[in-house]
Amino acid sequence: MSALLSCSGLTRRFGGLTAVNGVTLDFAPGQVHAVIGTNGAGKSTLINMLSGELPASDGRITLAGDDITGWPQARRARAGVGRSYQRTTIFPEFTVFENCRLSAQAAHARPWALWETASACATSGRIAHEALASAGLADLAGRAAGSLSHGGKRQLEIAMCLATEPRVLLLDEPLAGMGSEETDRMLELLARLKPGHAILLVEHDMDAVFRIADRITVMVNGEVIASDAPAAIRSNRDVQVAYLGEH
Amino acid sequence: MDFATFLVQCLNAVQYGLLLFLLASGLTLIFGIMGVINLAHGSFYMAGAYLAFGLAPLFGQNFLLMLAVGVLLSALFGYLLEWAFFSFLYEREHLQQVLMTYALILVFEELRSMLVGNDVHGVKAPDWLAGSIPLGSLMTYPVYRLFASAACIVVGVALYWVVNRTRLGMMIRAGASNRDMVRGLGIDITRLYRIVFAGGVALAALAGMIAAPLSSVYPGMGGQVLIVCFVVVVIGGIGSITGALIASLLVGVVDTFGKVFFAELSGIGIYLLMAIVLIWRPEGLMKKGF
Amino acid sequence: MARWLPWIAALLLAALPAVLTPYTTDLVVKIVIFAVFALSLELLVGMTGLVSLGHAAFFGLGAYVAVLASPESDPGNLLVLLLAAMAVAALYALFVGALSLRTKGVYFIMVTLAFAQMAYFVFHDTKVGGGSDGIYLNVRPVLGPLDGGNKLHFYYLAVAALVGTYGLLALLRRSRFGHALAGIRVNEQRMRAAGFATYRYKLAAFVLAGALAGLAGCLLAIKDGVVNPELLAWQESGAVLLMIILGGLGHLRGAVIGAAAFALLKELYATPALVGNFLADHWQLTLGLTIIAFVALLPKGLIGLLERRR
Repeated sequence: MSALLSCSGLTRRFGGLTAVNGVTLDFAPGQVHAVIGTNGAGKSTLINMLSGELPASDGRITLAGDDITGWPQARRARAGVGRSYQRTTIFPEFTVFENCRLSAQAAHARPWALWETASACATSGRIAHEALASAGLADLAGRAAGSLSHGGKRQLEIAMCLATEPRVLLLDEPLAGMGSEETDRMLELLARLKPGHAILLVEHDMDAVFRIADRITVMVNGEVIASDAPAAIRSNRDVQVAYLGEH
Repeated sequence: MDFATFLVQCLNAVQYGLLLFLLASGLTLIFGIMGVINLAHGSFYMAGAYLAFGLAPLFGQNFLLMLAVGVLLSALFGYLLEWAFFSFLYEREHLQQVLMTYALILVFEELRSMLVGNDVHGVKAPDWLAGSIPLGSLMTYPVYRLFASAACIVVGVALYWVVNRTRLGMMIRAGASNRDMVRGLGIDITRLYRIVFAGGVALAALAGMIAAPLSSVYPGMGGQVLIVCFVVVVIGGIGSITGALIASLLVGVVDTFGKVFFAELSGIGIYLLMAIVLIWRPEGLMKKGF
Repeated sequence: MARWLPWIAALLLAALPAVLTPYTTDLVVKIVIFAVFALSLELLVGMTGLVSLGHAAFFGLGAYVAVLASPESDPGNLLVLLLAAMAVAALYALFVGALSLRTKGVYFIMVTLAFAQMAYFVFHDTKVGGGSDGIYLNVRPVLGPLDGGNKLHFYYLAVAALVGTYGLLALLRRSRFGHALAGIRVNEQRMRAAGFATYRYKLAAFVLAGALAGLAGCLLAIKDGVVNPELLAWQESGAVLLMIILGGLGHLRGAVIGAAAFALLKELYATPALVGNFLADHWQLTLGLTIIAFVALLPKGLIGLLERRR
């Protein structure tokens, strides 16, 4: 399976501190590739560099053969790099549906068409409905986004990401703050999304990671110390010492 | 331009820049630590100038004593003002802070108008600072301007020492980078803010007092200098005292030499400088931090 | 009911000259012009979340263009003047916007203020605009039978401008562009993550807002027949910001209500018969204290007050 998104030698320095050092990873469609590590391991910085929010100090990022290292975030998003955030970034005053429709609109914007109302855009409306259905939020479409439960908001976060019709999903701790039922629902959703998407999953919930991931990369102090199938990671001595042992 | 004239302009540029530095460091401290944008900062400068006008007859030749008293009075005023007004602004959005401090300017302008009227006043430098020293064979340079620069340098050094070498300074630097953490450390954040604010006001007022014999005392002097101060902070980066120094001197040079070479367009010189910096480095010349 | 309010208000405005005194009609025209100015800022602050403290630059620029582009002793072409004023204001807005939008938050506020001050100095210090005294518009412009110098004609021109601006912005709000601006206001990061080139949207809003401010300025110049640099001063920028907060941010009606409230407050505070001689002379004090109380107690503006009582 050829990689859809890959980075090689990706490095980020903040003054004297090297947060991410020479990371080389692949993300292929049909796979959930989880990245785990203790706090400060560089996971957030990595995901920010891949999404385009943080420029890389060194290294390259490729999307389906194109070098996107210098591309701003919006351009990467339109090219198919979707992102969900650790801290919920939905639009609380808009309805659940409008949140998705607005996200979908990014690729189908006709900003000069002032005489058309936004809700008249059939394309973005359809995409929004599909995204909501995928995320399991179809019956909550008309609710104000701010009134959803925590789990619901995290689902909406994913739905908004899906509404941009991405090929790559960069998911930053989507399970944060969820109970076991909500976690199950989210994992089912990720399993459904697997075919057709390359998924990067940054997570702290080890049980969930081992349930869903096809590949696990372990980061310590900004560097990759192991990248393999879950079973191999579980029995990897370095990983046990550095990370799993403390867990 | 011959060398002596050039030297004079350089000295003027540095003196103006240093005065701006005093103002800008007060503004950047208040914004860097408390996150409040204060449009009334220029009014403190004006207050300082009018204070000098009011106190000068009382102190006669004891200029330094007058400055000291002025600093104490303005610090006290700042302390009270923080308690009565500014402490309510910290949690508010920038827009609300802008409006409330804008309204404060209106209030201060009217209070000044009611207390001392709208006339333009001059303040005479004390005799021991009046007069000029020779520069080269043809030119002379006013002693007072040299004093002004020297005073600003002294204050700047003192500020550096306080911020970098004292416990108070350590709390200030910590507060600048992480307000919530400082609170968590058990430091009395309320007292800290009040002290920092009083310091900022005192710096602005001192700048006004020192500037009084140079630029005369007039209504509207606050507004003018405020905007220049903003330009300095934008160029130098918010929260950076070093940045404020570099930017102030830069602005001083551009403004002074701009006036010499392009008399009519001199007013816009510093804004063009700001535009250039924005094109090149939108975050300002220095990164955040003291 | 609320949907019909703007239409009813427009009709009322159209009928007013028949019943009001010339002085009051003059006041209403001033309010109408400032309402256009306030609406232009509402687009920036209320709809896009960009707090600009230098909006008066475009207002004053539009005013100066009206005078500078008019022939010395003949009436100019009204349409040409309006378009020229908007075009020049839009151009300066493009320059200022392109640079200031590279900054955020407090920096943006300070940079917009600084660029307005720059424009102020151009008109104050140079001979371009007649210096600090300003310049006069000798003959009001005309367009066919429409005479800018005729008070009644001008009244309806101003009202038409207000209705047009209000309508345009209302349309804009519902459009894709408007929704994108709303998203940018709430969470620009999320909009970028979705794929919106947010800088371009903000710049477009900034330029449009500048053009509309220029329209208002042009109208003011034609009304008063004189312009001076104070039109670009920071006090003016602060005043228009105040107007939209006074009325209520986030509502188009708020900008209009705020402009009216501000003008009326100023009239009120400066009238000796109502507040006594001393306070009337120092009306800025009362105004300042009112603003402070207002922002502290009624952060949602007058519209917020109405909504609470419902």
